[in-house]
Amino acid sequence: MMDLYANLSLGFSIAASPYTLMLAFVGCFVGTIIGALPGLGPSNGVALLIPISFSMGFDAISALVLLTSVYYGAMYGGRISSILLNIPGDEPAMMTTLDGYPMAKQGRAGEALVVSGVASFVGAFLATIGLMLMAPWLARVAFQFGPAEYFALYMLAFCTLGGVGSNNQAKSAIAACIGLGIAMIGLDQTTNMQRFTFGNIHLFDGIDFLVAIVGLFAVSEVFHFIESHGKNSAIGVKLGKVMIPWKMLNDTKGAMLRGSGIGFIAGILPGAGASLGSFLAYMGEKSIASDKETFGKGNPRGVAAPEAGNNAAAGGALIPMLTLGVPGSGTTAVLLALLLTLNITPGPLLFTERPEVVWSLIAALLIANVMLLIMNVPMVKVFVKILSVPSYVLLPGVTMIAFVGIYSLTSSSFELKMMVAFGVLGYVCRKIDIPTVPIILGILLGNAMEDNLRRAMILSDGDWSYLLSSPISIGLWLFAVLGFLAPIFLRKFLKKPPLPTLDED
Amino acid sequence: MKTTMFKVLGTSALLSAMATSSAFATECIAPANPGGGWDFTCRQIANILYEIKAIDAPMQVTNMAGGGGGVAFAAVVADHNEDPDVIVAASSATTTRLAQNAFAGMTADQVRFVGAIGADPGVIVVAKDSPFQNLSDMVEAIKADPGSVAFAGGSAVGGFDHMKPLQIMKAAGFNDITKVKYIGVDGGADAITQTVGGFTQAMTGDMSEIVGFVKSGDVRVLAVLTEERVPGFEDIPTAREQGFDVVAVNWRGVYVPKGISDDQFNEWGARLKAVAESDQWKAAMAENGLAPFTKVGGDFQSWVDGVIADTVVLSKEIGVIQ
Repeated sequence: MMDLYANLSLGFSIAASPYTLMLAFVGCFVGTIIGALPGLGPSNGVALLIPISFSMGFDAISALVLLTSVYYGAMYGGRISSILLNIPGDEPAMMTTLDGYPMAKQGRAGEALVVSGVASFVGAFLATIGLMLMAPWLARVAFQFGPAEYFALYMLAFCTLGGVGSNNQAKSAIAACIGLGIAMIGLDQTTNMQRFTFGNIHLFDGIDFLVAIVGLFAVSEVFHFIESHGKNSAIGVKLGKVMIPWKMLNDTKGAMLRGSGIGFIAGILPGAGASLGSFLAYMGEKSIASDKETFGKGNPRGVAAPEAGNNAAAGGALIPMLTLGVPGSGTTAVLLALLLTLNITPGPLLFTERPEVVWSLIAALLIANVMLLIMNVPMVKVFVKILSVPSYVLLPGVTMIAFVGIYSLTSSSFELKMMVAFGVLGYVCRKIDIPTVPIILGILLGNAMEDNLRRAMILSDGDWSYLLSSPISIGLWLFAVLGFLAPIFLRKFLKKPPLPTLDED
Repeated sequence: MKTTMFKVLGTSALLSAMATSSAFATECIAPANPGGGWDFTCRQIANILYEIKAIDAPMQVTNMAGGGGGVAFAAVVADHNEDPDVIVAASSATTTRLAQNAFAGMTADQVRFVGAIGADPGVIVVAKDSPFQNLSDMVEAIKADPGSVAFAGGSAVGGFDHMKPLQIMKAAGFNDITKVKYIGVDGGADAITQTVGGFTQAMTGDMSEIVGFVKSGDVRVLAVLTEERVPGFEDIPTAREQGFDVVAVNWRGVYVPKGISDDQFNEWGARLKAVAESDQWKAAMAENGLAPFTKVGGDFQSWVDGVIADTVVLSKEIGVIQ
C-alpha cells in the first residue's frame, strides 16, 4: 500500500501543477464538445489534438494530460446528443439512446443528463482505481482469451440481442443479420480475398461503422423529423426545472456499479472495447430488472448502466494498451500512437521502467474525471437549452455536422453517398419497426467474430469441439444460451405475453 | 477488426482547417490512420527534416486511410503525379500488396520508391516455456508434423508476417508450404498475446513489436531475419547462422509520384539520407527496436523491384495470386 501512495504522490506531483490543471480543463471541455458532435468520437478528438499538442511544443506529460482529458471528456460528451437528439455522439453512446431519448421526450432530459453524467463518473472512477491497483495482474487476463474464447464472447453479445430497442426478437435478429451481412464486405482477413467489393477500392476495408452509425441515426433522424414536422421529437418539449434528482441517483446506484463492473471487464479484453461494454452492461441490467418492459421507454437505469459501462470500459481498455501494447479500442490505439511518438513504448515493462509516465497518466485520469463531473452537472442546463433551439436551426446544423464529420474522416464523397444510403435504410427500418442498434452491433463485431471463428478452425484443423475446450469458453456459451432462451421462456411461463406495444411513431 | 478499429482514428476536417496554412510547403501522406508504422514514419520524417533545417517550413502530415494503403496510392497516381512536394510513407506491406495485385490493378511502376531510413528486423518468437530451443528444433517439428506448429502474426494470410516462416521452411528444403499453419491477428502485440497464452506455438513479426516482451522474459527469440546480428540485441542469433538463409526486414521508407524530375527525386533521396543519419532518428530507432537500413535513390528502387519479383513467386506458390 505504501508503494501505491508513493506512486500516486509521484504522479500527482508531476500532473497537478496549475499549468497541467489548466490543460486538463481545456481538454475536458474540448473533449465534451467533440464527444457530443455526431461522428466525431473520442478517437477522432484525440487524433485531432495530437499534432496540435506537438506544434505547441508540449512535453510528454503535458501532452498526455491534455489528450487523456479529451479522451475522458469525449466519453462523457457522447451521451449528450444521444439523450437530446437520439443521435449517438460516438459508438459506445449508442445504448444510451434507448432510454435516454425517451426520457428527453417526456421532458426529463435534464434528469437523464445528470444521471448519465454521474454514472459516467462512477464508471470511469472505478475503472481508474482498477487500473491503478491491478493493471499488471489484469493484463494476464488477455492471455486466457484465444480465438475460441473471443468467438464465445461475441456469441454472448449476439445471443442477448433480442429485445434491444424493439419488443420483437425476430426483428432484432433480422437487424443483426443485416449488420453481419454488411460486415462481410471488404478484404477477408483469413484468405486475403475480396468479398462484395466490386473492385471498388473504397470497399476494400469494408464499411466504416462510423459512416453507418451517422447514417442510421443522424441522417434518418433528420428524415423522420422532416416527415413528422417535428412532432414526437424531443425538440421543443416543455422542460421541467433542472434539479439534481437525488432519488433517481439513489435508485440507479446499483445499475451504475453493475454497469461499471461489466464494462471494466469488457474493456480489459483487447478487441471487445467500450461498445461491447456498454451493450453488455445494458443487457445485464435489463435481464435482472423486475420492470423489464419499461426499458426502452425511459427507464433511468437503462441510462445509468450503459453510461457507467462505456466509461468503465474506456478505463479498462487502457490496461492492455499500457501493459501489452494491444489497443483495446479505437481511442486507445490513438493514445498508443501518441506514446510511441513520444518514444514511450508500452509493454510489460512500462510500469517498472517508466513509472513517472504511468502514474502521471493515472493522476491525470483522476483529475480529468473529477473535473468532468464538476463541469458536467452545472452544464446540463446549457446543454438542455439545445432543445429549445428552433428546429430550423438545429436540423440543418446536425445535417451539416454529419456531412462534415464523415467527409473529414474519410476524405471521400463515396462515403457521403454511403452515409445517405444508411440514412434511408435507417428510415425504412424505423417505419417497419426494425431496431437499428443490432445492425450497428453486427457491423462492429461481425468481422471480429468471423475472424476468430476461422482462426479457431485453422488451429483445430476444423474440429468444432475446440470451441468448447476451455472453462472460459464453456462459461460464455452457457451465458449465451441462457441469454437467448431465458427471455423466451420467461415471457411464456411467468406472465401473459405482453401486447405488442405501439409507439406513437 | 484491426481495420475497422483503425479507421476510427482518422483525422478530421477541423484538423486540416487548423493545420493547413500556407506555412506548409511539403506534405507526407501516411496511408493509414494515426497509430501505425506509416504514421510513425511520416511524423518522424516531418519532425526531423524541420529540426535539422533540411526544409524551411514544417512538413504537413496527412492521414489518408483506406484499402491497406491503396486509397493513398490511387490518389497520388491520379492527383499528385507531378507534385514534387509530396512523399508517401511505405513499408514491406506496400510492396507485398503491390506484388499481390491488392491495389485494384495499380502497379509498383506507377510511383518511384525513393528511400528507406530504417528497418524492422523480422523475428520468430516462442513463449518462454516452449520446447523449441532453436530454429532447427522448430523446423524439424514442422517437417515431422506440419499441423503441430501454428504461427500467429500481425498481417493477413499472404502478408509479410506470413511469408517469413514460409521462407524459412523453403530454405530448409520443405516445399509443402501450404501445410504450414498461420493465423493473422490484429497486430504484433496481439500475436504475442496469443503465443504467450499458448493458443499458437510461435509468433512471426517485427523486432519492434517484441522488445518489451523479450525484456520481461515472457518470450524467447529463436531467430532474427537479418544479415548480421542486430545492434543492442547481440545475443539473438540470426536465421542465417543457424543454417537458414532467409533475410526479411520490414523497411520504413517513402515513395514519391512518378512524374517528378530526376533532380527532384534525388533531392528527396538526399533529404532522407540526412534524416537517416541524424541523431534524432538514431535515438528513435533505438527506442523502437529498428535497425539501421539506409538505401536511397536508384539503389533503393532496384532493391524494391527485386523484392516485389520474389514476393510474386512466393505468393503464387501459396495460392494468394494466380
